[in-house]
Amino acid sequence: MAQFFNKSANNIARISILAGVVLVATAGFSFTQLARSSYLTGRYMEKQQPVQFSHKHHVGDDGIDCRYCHSTVETTASAGMPPTQTCMNCHSQIWADSPYLEPVKASFRENKPILWERVHDLPEYTYFNHSIHVAKGVGCSTCHGQIDDMPAVYQENTLQMEWCLACHRAPEEFIRPKSEIYNMKWKNSDLDSKERLELKASLKIRSKEMMTSCSTCHR
Amino acid sequence: MKIDDIELQQKLHPAMVEGDHDFASVTDKISDVTLKKRTPFHWFIGFGISFMVAQLLLFTVIWLLANGIGIWGNNQPVGWAFDIINFVWWIGIGHAGTLISAILLLLNQKWRTSINRFAEAMTLFAVACAAMFPLLHTGRPWLAAYWLFPYPNTMGIWPNFRSPLIWDVFAVSTYATVSLLFWYVGLIPDFATLRDRAKNPFFKFVYSILSWGWRGSARHWHRYEIAYLILAGISTPLVLSVHSIVSFDFSVSQLPGWHATIFPPYFVAGAVFAGFAMVLILCIPLRRWYRMQDFITHQHLVYMAKVMLATGLIVVYGYAMEAFFGWYSASQYEVFMIKNRIWEGPYWWSYWLLIFCNGASIQLLWFERFRNSEFWLFLISIVVSVGMWLERFVIIVTSLHRDFLPSSWAMYSPRVWDWTMFVGTIGFFFTLLYLFVRFVPIISIFEVRTLLPDAHVHGHQQDFEELVNEVEDTYDKTDPPNN
Repeated sequence: MAQFFNKSANNIARISILAGVVLVATAGFSFTQLARSSYLTGRYMEKQQPVQFSHKHHVGDDGIDCRYCHSTVETTASAGMPPTQTCMNCHSQIWADSPYLEPVKASFRENKPILWERVHDLPEYTYFNHSIHVAKGVGCSTCHGQIDDMPAVYQENTLQMEWCLACHRAPEEFIRPKSEIYNMKWKNSDLDSKERLELKASLKIRSKEMMTSCSTCHR
Repeated sequence: MKIDDIELQQKLHPAMVEGDHDFASVTDKISDVTLKKRTPFHWFIGFGISFMVAQLLLFTVIWLLANGIGIWGNNQPVGWAFDIINFVWWIGIGHAGTLISAILLLLNQKWRTSINRFAEAMTLFAVACAAMFPLLHTGRPWLAAYWLFPYPNTMGIWPNFRSPLIWDVFAVSTYATVSLLFWYVGLIPDFATLRDRAKNPFFKFVYSILSWGWRGSARHWHRYEIAYLILAGISTPLVLSVHSIVSFDFSVSQLPGWHATIFPPYFVAGAVFAGFAMVLILCIPLRRWYRMQDFITHQHLVYMAKVMLATGLIVVYGYAMEAFFGWYSASQYEVFMIKNRIWEGPYWWSYWLLIFCNGASIQLLWFERFRNSEFWLFLISIVVSVGMWLERFVIIVTSLHRDFLPSSWAMYSPRVWDWTMFVGTIGFFFTLLYLFVRFVPIISIFEVRTLLPDAHVHGHQQDFEELVNEVEDTYDKTDPPNN
C-alpha cells in the first residue's frame, strides 16, 4: 500500500483542520461586521444636499431651536421639512446676496420646493411616529446624534431593528425629561438610573411586552 | 453441530453473499465499476436523461426567484401545497438509508452490509432535494437564511422557538450532517482501496485526499470501528426524531386533519415505508446493470419487501386511526373533515387512490410469489412511492381547502411550475445518484469481505500448527541440496 503523498502531507492535513476552523470563524465574524457596516446601513455617510446648508452653523452657532424648521415634530408622524418660506424669514434680510443661497432664492421665486435628500430612510414596513417619541422623553440627539456639530447631516445610527429594540426593551436607559428634548448638550449621565425609572413611570411608558409587540412598529 | 442445526442455521441466517467469492474477487468486482476505463453506455443514457430533467429545476428556480412564489398554484386557503408535500416526501425517502445503516447495524443484521452504501447516498441526495423546498418556498431564500440561522442577528430577535418549523430546521440539518459523516466515515477504507488500485494519476490524487492516508493498520481499524459505532448511535434516534418533528409541522397546529396524536409514529412508519420502496426501485436495476446479484442477493430483496409490508401495515393502521379519531372526537369539524376527505369532498379520488397505492397494493407482498418476483417488487415499489406522495397531498390539501370559514373555501390545483419543480428535483436526485455510481464504490467493499466464509476462520492456532508440521514434513522428505 504505497502512499500517494509524502509523509509531510500529514502536517498539511493537520494545519488544514486548524485553517478550516480559523477560516469559518473569520468568515462568520466578517459577515456579522459587514451586516452592520456603513456600507450596508448608510451610517456615517454624509449626504450631498442641493443647498450647502449647515446644521452646525444654524443649530450650534446660531442656537435655532429644532422646532423652528421641523415644526410638526410634536404633533405628527413626520418631523416636517421646512418650506422655502421658512428659510426666507431670515435670508430675505441676512446673507441675501450670498451665492450659496441662490438655489433657495430660485425655489422661492419659482415657488418650487427644494428637493432635499432624505438622510434617515426607514423601510416602508415600519410604522414610525416622531410625536410619540418626543412625548415620551426621547430627545432629538438620542437618535440623530450631535446635529449641532454636523456641517452635513449624516445618519448617526444603523436604523437596524436591533437598534430600535435596544430602546423599546429598556426605554429607561435612554429617556430624558420633556424639558430637555431639544437640548443638544444633554447627556445620559445627567440623570441617574433611579431617576430615569421614576421618569419612565411618570411618562407612562407602556410595558416591555407592549413596546416590543410586532404590531407596535409593523402595522 | 448436527445436520439439522446447520440447515436451520442456513434458513435463519442465509448467506448474504452468493457465488464463489474470495477477498480479491469481491474487491475486483466492486472497485471495477468505479475504476474501469470504459464507462458503460447505459450510464451515459441514464445520466443524460437525469441531467436534462434536472435542468427543469434550474429553470424553475430562476423563474421563481425572478417572479416570486406567485408562479405556483398555492393560494388561500391552501397556502401550503407542493412545496411542503415534496419536502415531506423527499425527507421520508431518506429515512430508509439511515434505518439500514444505523439501526440494522446496531441490531447486527448482516444483510444491511451490501445495501447500506447506496441507501445512505440515497438519503443524502433525498435530503438535498427536500431542503430545497423550504428554502425556495420563501421566494427570497437569501432572506430566509435568517430564520434558518439567525446570524448576523441585526433584527435583535430570535426565531420563534415554540414553532415546529424551526425545530424542523434543526432536525433536518442535524440529519443531513450526521448522515453525511456516517456515509463518509464508512467510505474511507474503500477510498483507500480505490487509491491503491487507481491507475489514473488524477483519480489517485483525489482518492488519496478522500482516504486521509488510510493504511489499514490495526490502530486505524480500531478507531474506525469506534467512530462508526458512535455515529450509528447518533443516527439511530434521528431515524425516529426527524420525521416525528416533520409531523409536528402539522400536528402541533389546530387544523382538523392535522391535529392528531398518531402523527409522529404514523409519519415515521410512512417514511421508512417510502424509503424502502425507493431503495428497491434503485436496487433492482442497479444490481442487474452492474451484475451485483452476488452481493445484493435475492434474499436482500425479499427482506426489503418484508420491511415494506410491515411498515406499510403500520401506515394503513394510521389511516384507520385517522378516520376513527375523526368520528370519535365528536367534534363537528373533525367529523366534517374526515367525511369530506373520504367521500363527500371534491378530492375523494385522491384518498381512494392513496388507499389503493399504500393499502391494497402491498397486500400482494404476503405471497411468496410476488416477493420473489423482481418485476412485481419493482412495480409495487413505484406504486408505493406514488402512494406516499399522495398521502401528503391528501393530508395537506384536503385539510386546508375546507377550513373553518366556509367563505374562504377554494380548490387547489398545481400549475406547471409546481410540476417542473417537483420533476426537476427527481432529475437532480438521479443526476447525483449517477455520479455517485460512477465515482464511489456502490457497495461497501471491506464490509462485504467480512461476510465471506474466509473472514470466519476458526481455530487459527490449530491450523497454524498443522501447517508448520506439514511444512516440516515436506522439508524432511526433500533431498538436501547437493553441496
